[in-house]
Amino acid sequence: MKVKEVAEKLGLTVISGVNGLENEISMGYSSDLLSDVMGSAQSGDIWITLQTHKNVMAIASLKDLSAVILVKGFTPDPDMEEQSNEENIPVLGTTEDTFTINGKLFNLLNQ
Amino acid sequence: MKEFKADLHIHTVLSPCGSLEMSPRNIVQEAKKKKIDIIGITDHNSTRQCREVSREATKAGITVYTGVEVTTKEEVHCLAFFETFDILDAFQQYLDKHLPDIKNNTDLFGYQVVVDESENIVYEEPRLLISAISQSIDQIAAEVHRLNGLFIPAHINRPKYSLISQLGFVPPDLKADAFELTKHISIEDFLKKFSYLKGKTFIRNSDAHQPDLIGESFTTLKMADTSFAEFTKALAGIEGREVIV
Repeated sequence: MKVKEVAEKLGLTVISGVNGLENEISMGYSSDLLSDVMGSAQSGDIWITLQTHKNVMAIASLKDLSAVILVKGFTPDPDMEEQSNEENIPVLGTTEDTFTINGKLFNLLNQ
Repeated sequence: MKEFKADLHIHTVLSPCGSLEMSPRNIVQEAKKKKIDIIGITDHNSTRQCREVSREATKAGITVYTGVEVTTKEEVHCLAFFETFDILDAFQQYLDKHLPDIKNNTDLFGYQVVVDESENIVYEEPRLLISAISQSIDQIAAEVHRLNGLFIPAHINRPKYSLISQLGFVPPDLKADAFELTKHISIEDFLKKFSYLKGKTFIRNSDAHQPDLIGESFTTLKMADTSFAEFTKALAGIEGREVIV
């Protein structure tokens, strides 16, 4: 499923990285420890986190992730947003918490 | 140049996890016993015990670098040091403004008290000091440097609450004056894993929460005297001043 479709179906805000909306999502990964994501996320994953530091984009790019979802209304730091646009990896926003968005996403991706 | 033995990461009774035995008097006595020339006072998100430790230490001929261990929004622990009490107070205001209003539960976390030389409690901090403040690591580094302080990410090799655990790697543009390593890894082994940090300044400290651990790890500072200006030069490795770990 494409990032665009997931954003539409789950009512996520597209904050940045619009050129990456056609990226294909394989599965998801949730963690707020960037060292953990570096070690364990798989290529194509959509990453659910509350971290807003620009290192998020560096790791998303390194691991070839499809997009990042920021939970609970968090917004990216300005340099994270900038890097999202440069790397074409969308940052999507939701006001829901990690548990809720994970549940919805899991169901959607496993349909 | 002289060589000074420094343990720059010590918690007092003010830190919730700090032993009640970590009074200014006990800290200074222990430092004296271990022939430490310079101690750094770095409680979690508070500088309020620094003055009393400085008073005690001066009597014993020990220098104190007054500071704090800040928890950033990303839950990265970082040491910060400031030259004067006025500047330290300015940074305390910044901490007070950005520390979330979560009450300490003394049953769970322990007491957070400031004590005087006779070990009387003169202040109790109601807010939980181990919370993360609402500022990012970059914002905190900028504020520390605006106040001419020194900014040192703590125990960066630790798998918890460290720059590397929380943010995956050291952001190349982060303005750090040094990085702290724990006793668990040699600099050679660390640099084998993180070769992009070659050429950076590293320090090593005890992170003591109880008296007997003070000085367990330490850093040798090669400099003219123990002034803050000399310390700044030693971390920068300039004018013949240097850090030996």
